[in-house]
Amino acid sequence: MSATPTRSTPPKPPLAVVGSQIEQDEELFGRAFDRWVVVRFLSYIAPYRRRIAIGVAAVLVFTLSQLAIPLLVRAVFDDALGGLALADGAVLRAIMVAFVAVVLVNYVANHLMETIVGETAQNLLFDLRRAMYGHLQVVSLTFMDKTEVGRLMSRLQGDVYALQEFLESSIFAVGDLVLLFGIVTVLLWLDPVLGALTLSVVPLLALVRIVWLPRARRAFMDAREASSATNGALAENVHGIRAIQELTREPLNADLFEEKARRNLNTHLRASAFTNVMIPIVDTLTGAAMAIIIVIGGAMVLNRESDIGVMVAFLFYTQRFFDPIRSLTIQYSTMQRAMAAGQRIFEVIDVEVDVADATDAVDPATIDGAISFDHVTFGYEPGNPVLKDISFAVAPGETVALVGPTGSGKTSTTALAHRFYDVWSGAVRIGGYDVRELTQASLGRHIAMVLQEPFLFSASIRDNIRFAKTAASDAEVEAAARAVGADAFIRRLADGYDTMLEQGGANLSLGQRQLLSFARALVADAKILVLDEATASVDSYTELEIQRALKRLLTGRTALIIAHRLATIRDADRIIVLQDGAIVETGSHHALMEKGGLYARLYRMNYASFDDIPADELAAALDGGQRT
Amino acid sequence: MAIDTRAPARSDHADGGTYRIDVSKVDTAVLRRITAMAFRFPGRMAAGITATVAAALMQLLVPQYLGQAVDQAQGLLAGAVSGRTDRDAAEAALWTTAGLLLLVAVGRGLATMAQNYLGEAVGHLIGFDLRMAYYRQLQRLSLSWHDRVHTGDLMTRGILDIEGVRLWTDTGILRMFYLSILIGGGAFVLLGIDPVLGLVALAFVPIVGVRASFARLKLRDTWLALQDRMSALTKIMEENLGGIRVVRAFAAQDHEMAKFDQVSAAALETASRRVRLFVLSTTQMTFVYFLAMAATLWIGGTKVLSGTITLGQLTEVLAFMLILQMPVRQIGWMINSIARASTCGGRLFNVLDLTPSIADAPDAQPLVLDEGVVRFEDVGFRYPTWAGDSRTLSGISFEIRPGRKIGIVGPPGAGKSTLAQLLNRYYDVGAGRITIDGQDIRQVTLASLRAAVAIVQQEAFLFTASIDHNVAYGAPYAMRPDIERSTQTAQLHSYVSGLPASYQTLVGERGVSLSGGQRQRLAIARAILPAARVLVFDDSTAAIDAATERRIRDALAHFTADRAVIVIAHRLSSLIDADEILFLEDGRVVERGDHNSLMALGGRYRKLHDLQAGGGQVADVTS
Repeated sequence: MSATPTRSTPPKPPLAVVGSQIEQDEELFGRAFDRWVVVRFLSYIAPYRRRIAIGVAAVLVFTLSQLAIPLLVRAVFDDALGGLALADGAVLRAIMVAFVAVVLVNYVANHLMETIVGETAQNLLFDLRRAMYGHLQVVSLTFMDKTEVGRLMSRLQGDVYALQEFLESSIFAVGDLVLLFGIVTVLLWLDPVLGALTLSVVPLLALVRIVWLPRARRAFMDAREASSATNGALAENVHGIRAIQELTREPLNADLFEEKARRNLNTHLRASAFTNVMIPIVDTLTGAAMAIIIVIGGAMVLNRESDIGVMVAFLFYTQRFFDPIRSLTIQYSTMQRAMAAGQRIFEVIDVEVDVADATDAVDPATIDGAISFDHVTFGYEPGNPVLKDISFAVAPGETVALVGPTGSGKTSTTALAHRFYDVWSGAVRIGGYDVRELTQASLGRHIAMVLQEPFLFSASIRDNIRFAKTAASDAEVEAAARAVGADAFIRRLADGYDTMLEQGGANLSLGQRQLLSFARALVADAKILVLDEATASVDSYTELEIQRALKRLLTGRTALIIAHRLATIRDADRIIVLQDGAIVETGSHHALMEKGGLYARLYRMNYASFDDIPADELAAALDGGQRT
Repeated sequence: MAIDTRAPARSDHADGGTYRIDVSKVDTAVLRRITAMAFRFPGRMAAGITATVAAALMQLLVPQYLGQAVDQAQGLLAGAVSGRTDRDAAEAALWTTAGLLLLVAVGRGLATMAQNYLGEAVGHLIGFDLRMAYYRQLQRLSLSWHDRVHTGDLMTRGILDIEGVRLWTDTGILRMFYLSILIGGGAFVLLGIDPVLGLVALAFVPIVGVRASFARLKLRDTWLALQDRMSALTKIMEENLGGIRVVRAFAAQDHEMAKFDQVSAAALETASRRVRLFVLSTTQMTFVYFLAMAATLWIGGTKVLSGTITLGQLTEVLAFMLILQMPVRQIGWMINSIARASTCGGRLFNVLDLTPSIADAPDAQPLVLDEGVVRFEDVGFRYPTWAGDSRTLSGISFEIRPGRKIGIVGPPGAGKSTLAQLLNRYYDVGAGRITIDGQDIRQVTLASLRAAVAIVQQEAFLFTASIDHNVAYGAPYAMRPDIERSTQTAQLHSYVSGLPASYQTLVGERGVSLSGGQRQRLAIARAILPAARVLVFDDSTAAIDAATERRIRDALAHFTADRAVIVIAHRLSSLIDADEILFLEDGRVVERGDHNSLMALGGRYRKLHDLQAGGGQVADVTS
């Protein structure tokens, strides 16, 4: 493996790339101080007020004791040993007792400060994450629909982490600031002239850092970007390996990856150079400060204008006084990042909740299973209704199939039955209650939903089946699985019902996942079933099992089904044909066939599913509808 | 591969894909190997070590000059400050000391810079080499290995483990030189000044050093535990948000919050424990250090009073303590670095040392294509035992000539897809052989084989890039007209040209999302663009409606006219026109013939056909 394989490659193919071609989110370098974010943040800090007060006090005590130590060293040199006056051991002993006392105080304060800061920061972060996560459980699905999970996760993790960095360092920044002022004060107090001279190197460092910082930050950001681009390309190599090997892209991809890896190398070398170039500068300035102390301080001692202890104390302080400056400049960028992160976090927490329980919402123990839509109009964007004045009723125990081309409003209808959204006008009633009068928990109990994409959690099969009713016994779970015909394949798995599903049940086939989601709905044992039939075709054998399970699931329930399978549609008690958000036809299969409307035309096209129908043929069918 | 492979070669075929590495044990073989990698850059390493030694030596000079300065100032005071010459000489001495100190400070700064930079640079160079080696290795390892290995695990290795190894040069090798010279040299000088005082001043070194090392290792443990808990939390949140509709549908918010709280509380607990552990160790170290300083001051002060040592020497001792404080703590970092490099390196080499089970035979020749005739000759196959699969394939024989089409049907698990996987050497056959134009596919190069056989998968992996790039993935030199021709064939062109950015539209993660059918059509366009001689459709039209599929088939007709085609499908309409249809069950061909003869046979094929003939019958069969 050489760093530069010289392969005689033909000119680079114009289209070939590796790694994501979507720009990374530019890091937000917002204002270092955002009042709104700080105010919002303070409300989360409030519960920890007392601890923080103690923490701040500890920081002050700690800083003072840090400052005191060189002063005590000076006292040893001047008062106990200094000059030529033969001091006696008693003075030394007294100072040493004080020294040990200060060290003890320093230890306690240090411990207190770091523990409180660290633990409070952790608690705060977990509070914030919980607030965000909890809020996402109640915000409207309209918001969830248009927000990618990845983006939310980056707020729940990345932004919280940025805040953590800030919180943990901020309290020390306060300590550093106090220390800086303390050192300046003490130096000037010990000896104004020598102090001023020694401190003259500080602005120099500040100046250097001001010039250095923007360039260095650019270099650091470049390195970070190169890193994430390289890792992205690696991820592609891991996830897309099948396509890569099958299409024999290996050599070309390796060349393209090498470019990224090389850029990563170069940017990191540059960033490293930027970091390390500060070392000789700081060392030189420290050396200069010490040289000043020795020459000027020495001369002062010589002229009896100063004591030798002052000189020693100065030498001790110079070892420390660049630290605060360094960490304070770093703190500035951390603070900018934290503000941006805070803004994103509060953005999530502040998303309005449109669907919430009414204060007097009820939770009846049983309902009769009737569904009715009463002049319902609804849409996702103002001025663009998806359902237009829809009215229909489903009697308890009846199975109604919703059919119609894509975009006709089938999914919206089922979503409204569960009050995922609120209607614009009209009312949706479940068991005679307006859904807005019921609690959401009540709706969850009385309506079981099966979604088109069977979603399973990374838990055991058993827990997945009883997701809707955690109290369900093992016997109930197994009975449900047997009823839908899932029991056999579950038992064949190594751990049976305790088999852990990984990554959303990736170890199961689509058909098997479908059956599990049926079992889940069966365990829920709700009066009403809302089902969005899967469109993806499965093999005929599995198809048979699914149809069988569906029959079992429908027994004794009111059902509203978005039906794709012709078999399901024909077996329904009644069919509602939707088009453009309005009901165009309703009736049983036979009635509708006799009527010869849209349904009959669609049916006669003999497609496996209404969603399969190609756009042009569909348009023809719809046209036919208008002509009649 | 210049990577030193000391570990015995293991085949990825036998590799289970999971590694448990004992994080508490240091593997010296791994460390030696990483160290050897660093010395592959001998010039930089030599310069780095030189700079490190120089930096440590100059650092050792600083306290001596400080002590000297105090003595000089003190000496002036002590000696009668009478004569002007004495005064001048004294001032000159101070100037000299100051000058030397400044010089040493500048030199030390430069040497430290060189040390750090070179250490990091060698680390980055190693990182680059490892990254390339790892990337290439992942490309080489067989697909069946990839199937078994968790993708997250591979990413951790490629990111965090390379990082851990990379840091070794800087925080391991060079720091070891630095610390031994500094602490050893410091001890030598201190003991030289005054053995008793020296011992007192150095008392903190072993205590802090040992404490720091233990604390670091323990912190590492808690860090790993915290990572585990955080990833559990991430998983819970991710699933909840991904399945938010299920959660809402069953009003399971409370249940979900409880789940979150439980894991979150555990993570918080670990995080707090880590904070306490960290704080305890750092504050204790500071405490011990200051106590040692107090003892030094006390005993040193007494010695100054009794005239055993000078004030300058006491200053020197204190200054030594000052410069040793950080390095002693770094012993802990170094120990941590050893543990980390050993674990990370071990995990990385585990992958790098594998030999791909599917690779070119030593004497492999590129496939020589003549007609493009594919023959399966009594092919048998037993699934590897790690798959927990007892299925086998046996006695599969057929031949496909250009322009002919073989259809393969059968119940799930019959082994249909495996046939396709054997053809492009996803696995190797267990018995019999597969030939293309008379050449055993195991005797030709993989690249030439895979270029000759195009497999259209059920699930097309979308690269996060433009559509044209995705279509041309296997033929990156393809021009726009060729790309469009293949999308037209796959019935994807009109959809793509309707997009605002047309062929430049980004798809894949975070890009425009394509429906299952669109993805399959993209897979078809992608597979036919390189114009392979043998075409395999592995259930690749399941999500495409029957009418579109028919159109694709018509459009493909001219393309397949001179190619051997295998169609694996569960929808019979997809393969009804095949020249021969094999009905597979339990790994054997149980029926074969064309559609008409199989229908006439009235066996399994006929039954499946009847099942599918219109949705109506499905319902009839069930009721």
